[in-house]
Amino acid sequence: MKLYPRQRHRVLQIVTKLIIPFVLLFALYVQFHGDYGPGGGFQAGVIFASAFILHGLIFGLQRTRQVLTPNVLRVLMSLGVLLYLGTGVLTMLLGGNLLDYNMLAHDPKTGQHWGIFLVELGVGITVTAVMVSLFYGFASKR
Amino acid sequence: MELLVTLVLLTFLVAIVIGIIVLRDLLAGVILLGLYSLIAAGIFVVMDAVDVAFTEAAVGAGISTILFLGAMSFTRHEQKPRGHDSLVTLVFVVITGALLIYGTFDMPHYGSADSPAQTHPQLAQHFIHKSINETGMPNIVTSVLASYRGYDTLGEVVVVFTAGIAVLSILGLVRRRPEEEAPEDAPGDLPTITQDGSEHNV
Repeated sequence: MKLYPRQRHRVLQIVTKLIIPFVLLFALYVQFHGDYGPGGGFQAGVIFASAFILHGLIFGLQRTRQVLTPNVLRVLMSLGVLLYLGTGVLTMLLGGNLLDYNMLAHDPKTGQHWGIFLVELGVGITVTAVMVSLFYGFASKR
Repeated sequence: MELLVTLVLLTFLVAIVIGIIVLRDLLAGVILLGLYSLIAAGIFVVMDAVDVAFTEAAVGAGISTILFLGAMSFTRHEQKPRGHDSLVTLVFVVITGALLIYGTFDMPHYGSADSPAQTHPQLAQHFIHKSINETGMPNIVTSVLASYRGYDTLGEVVVVFTAGIAVLSILGLVRRRPEEEAPEDAPGDLPTITQDGSEHNV
């Protein structure tokens, strides 16, 4: 039986297609469940990025670049840090210290919840973007 | 039982490190490094540090292995044979290692309940007893990381961001080849040429 080039990695490609949604979902779980179980922005960002890296390894970098373009990555990278710092500046504008989450809501606990949510989201976005762009940087030079 | 598991895992770590030192094949070294991180993550689980284990498994065993493999595409797969193994180097390494081990004698024993870190009234005791009321987070690690020590984490994010910028300014995100010339095939689709120049078709 003669296999055409594109068919050679059929099994890998199909398995990857099946796995990627679950990896992304697990990353979101780790991101937003970090308050209750192990996990948080750093781990979630890495897992989220690994889904894109897997896609790049199996389907080729060109196709991954069409999904997540380098320009979007550059914006996301800064957006995460800005979200973190923005939360801190917001608490300052509301009359507290930098990153004093109690100011974010009337109830200190709700404020803490919002603050930690936003900050972890910022961490996750930056880590995802940096990890994927590191992969792009290394992989596109060969 | 826990001691036995820890001992076995630590023995694995030592064996892997010796393997990394002895092997000249860089690919095998990178894979062994990933394995090292995975076993280290196992040790962290035994120590009940689940968050650290999670990070070690995701970053150490996952991403850094891939990044090392990516970096290897810039270089050869074989380590250059060293001309000589200096005895002076060995002496210095042994002395440094002995000093480091001597330094750990001052540290409290692993898991000791009366070490300063455990008994400090404003740190560990405060976090354990009051963090649930102050932040509403059942996971103390998250509340310490994101709330009590938010400045630290801000610094860490900036470090990640800076590292990203630094690597990108060296390697760049811009393609060397124009988009239309880029091959449409996935890696491995086409016959590749190996280092010794021979063409192999999978």
